[in-house]
Amino acid sequence: MNERSVVSMRKAPSGKLVDDFTPSLIISGEHQLCPGCGEPIAMRSLVEIVAEMELTQRTIAVFGVGCYTLFASNLDIEVLQALHGRAPSLGTGVKRTRPGALVMTIQGDGDMVSEGLQEVMHAAARGEAITCVLLNNGVLGETGSQMTASTVLGQRTKNSLEGRDAEKHGYPIAIADVVAGLRGSSYVARCAVNSAGNVARTRRMIKRAFEVQWEHQGFSFIEILTMCPTGWFVDTLDAPDYLNSTLGSVYKVGVLKDECASPPIGKMDA
Amino acid sequence: MTRQLMEGCEAIAQAMVAAGCRFFSGYPMTPFTEVLEHMSRLLPTVEGVCMNADSEIEAIGMAWGATSTGTRTATGSVGQGLSLMQESLAEMSRARLPLVVLNMARGQGDYFQATRGGGHGDYTHIVLAPADVQEAVDLVGDAFNLADRWRTPVIVIGDYYLAHTQQAVEIPAIDKESHPSKPWALDGSTGGSGNARFLSPLTPNKRSDPDFVTHGGWLEALADVMDEIETGVEQRVDSFETEDAELVVVAFGTPARYLRAVVEELRTEGIPVGIIRPVTLSPFPAAAISAVADRVRGVAVFELNRGQMLVDVQLAVSGICPVTFIGGVSFDRSGFGIAPVLEIETLKAKVRACFEQCHTAVESKSR
Repeated sequence: MNERSVVSMRKAPSGKLVDDFTPSLIISGEHQLCPGCGEPIAMRSLVEIVAEMELTQRTIAVFGVGCYTLFASNLDIEVLQALHGRAPSLGTGVKRTRPGALVMTIQGDGDMVSEGLQEVMHAAARGEAITCVLLNNGVLGETGSQMTASTVLGQRTKNSLEGRDAEKHGYPIAIADVVAGLRGSSYVARCAVNSAGNVARTRRMIKRAFEVQWEHQGFSFIEILTMCPTGWFVDTLDAPDYLNSTLGSVYKVGVLKDECASPPIGKMDA
Repeated sequence: MTRQLMEGCEAIAQAMVAAGCRFFSGYPMTPFTEVLEHMSRLLPTVEGVCMNADSEIEAIGMAWGATSTGTRTATGSVGQGLSLMQESLAEMSRARLPLVVLNMARGQGDYFQATRGGGHGDYTHIVLAPADVQEAVDLVGDAFNLADRWRTPVIVIGDYYLAHTQQAVEIPAIDKESHPSKPWALDGSTGGSGNARFLSPLTPNKRSDPDFVTHGGWLEALADVMDEIETGVEQRVDSFETEDAELVVVAFGTPARYLRAVVEELRTEGIPVGIIRPVTLSPFPAAAISAVADRVRGVAVFELNRGQMLVDVQLAVSGICPVTFIGGVSFDRSGFGIAPVLEIETLKAKVRACFEQCHTAVESKSR
């Protein structure tokens, strides 16, 4: 542990080092994921919007199981750890018994689209007033890069070394499109964190998703495309472009659905 | 308090609401279904929530979320549905979350599922086995208190007869007592405090904790918790005519009522038999059974399966006297697994034969 992380973990009330950009709701800025991973950027964006909306003392996050689970014990908001695949049901139980809380679930594509597909579908169909977040890199990162139900055609994983082939492996599920097609969902958007512009767009979508839950009691869904250079077998610096050419070419970013009242002009230019 | 004629399913539902249960989730499966129906009717009247989940897996997930906010929560199914819930039950045990789980079982083949943990890992649940509707009402109340006290899932195991028998019962008034506080329960309020609440089966510790406990350290701590539960929870039995008995029958749940009737009849014939009915199946009342093993000629075990509780009785008796299995699988054409063997004359013949056998065996040994 270096000196900087010791300082950030102590939460020195007098302030931070000039080069410490750890968000206030992340305990240790020294994340334990691979270099070039997109998940810390997504996590950071989520908690920064929580703080910005002044919902820090109202938020309960439910975590699935994947690489991002390392953040479950690293956040200064309340966290409930779920099983792989099961976060939307836990989020439902939390929200129904704490209707005054902002409830978000964090799952990867292995967690949400492979293991627990029924969970997000049923939660969306019920119109649960929760926000389900999908961190989608098309690969099971934690177990070392295997195919998921979201791996795009041509994408190489350890059990599709020649690239996902529809003949052998079938087709990926575009879960955001499926969720948007369910009558119970109110807001569905897909974004990415592979460029500064995309991160800014992601933050706007997260904010809107929380607003839809908080002000309209609607079900909101955010899919965030994240880089996984380790699981994609590419160089760290090549990962953002690789995302564009693989996942990004299939899963189009943008707002797929917003059925709640129109936001003020200028806010929804995502 | 007045007694009302009520079917087991409704009585259990009423008892749960009276005990302060405010969240229930389930997926229909006979003979658990009617509990779910009654909860969906009753809970909204007390500002509670009943979720008709789309699978047992989702039902237990919703219950996991609800109990995490400190709400008294229950779910249930039959053994088959509980099989689907085991992954969550195992992890909720690790996350130290209270929950009441009903198993309105088909037959008694779920004894091992209930008492051995049922899922992966190193844990056991507390298991209560009522024999009639009134006892089910009482034990459901106890189950919520035990779950909160020990922060662990508690299983109440019933069967088709219990679910569908009408009996005059006393339902306690709605518990207005404030339940013990749950400082660990999530409400969002500790966000930003530097020590926001965290409920996880993986580790209770956060990166900010100076003595960050590793996963291995957490499993060791949980082993101590399991030991505390096993020794701390009172072992309960219902004993009848055991003082001078030469043969003691051990049976649980609905069948134990039939065996008790058998004991009563055999006593009128002057045959010294008694019965011990474990009320807590886990922790198993080994002390009460080993105590009688010292002074009887034999112990007979009756259960509607191939012999599961039999193992626990054998461990308790520990070779002090012979243990004979007189139960067996019993399935009627409905598949709900209780009826055919439960016939007094048949059971009486079995117990009498067992009595005569151990009597002869002991006499021939002493000769």
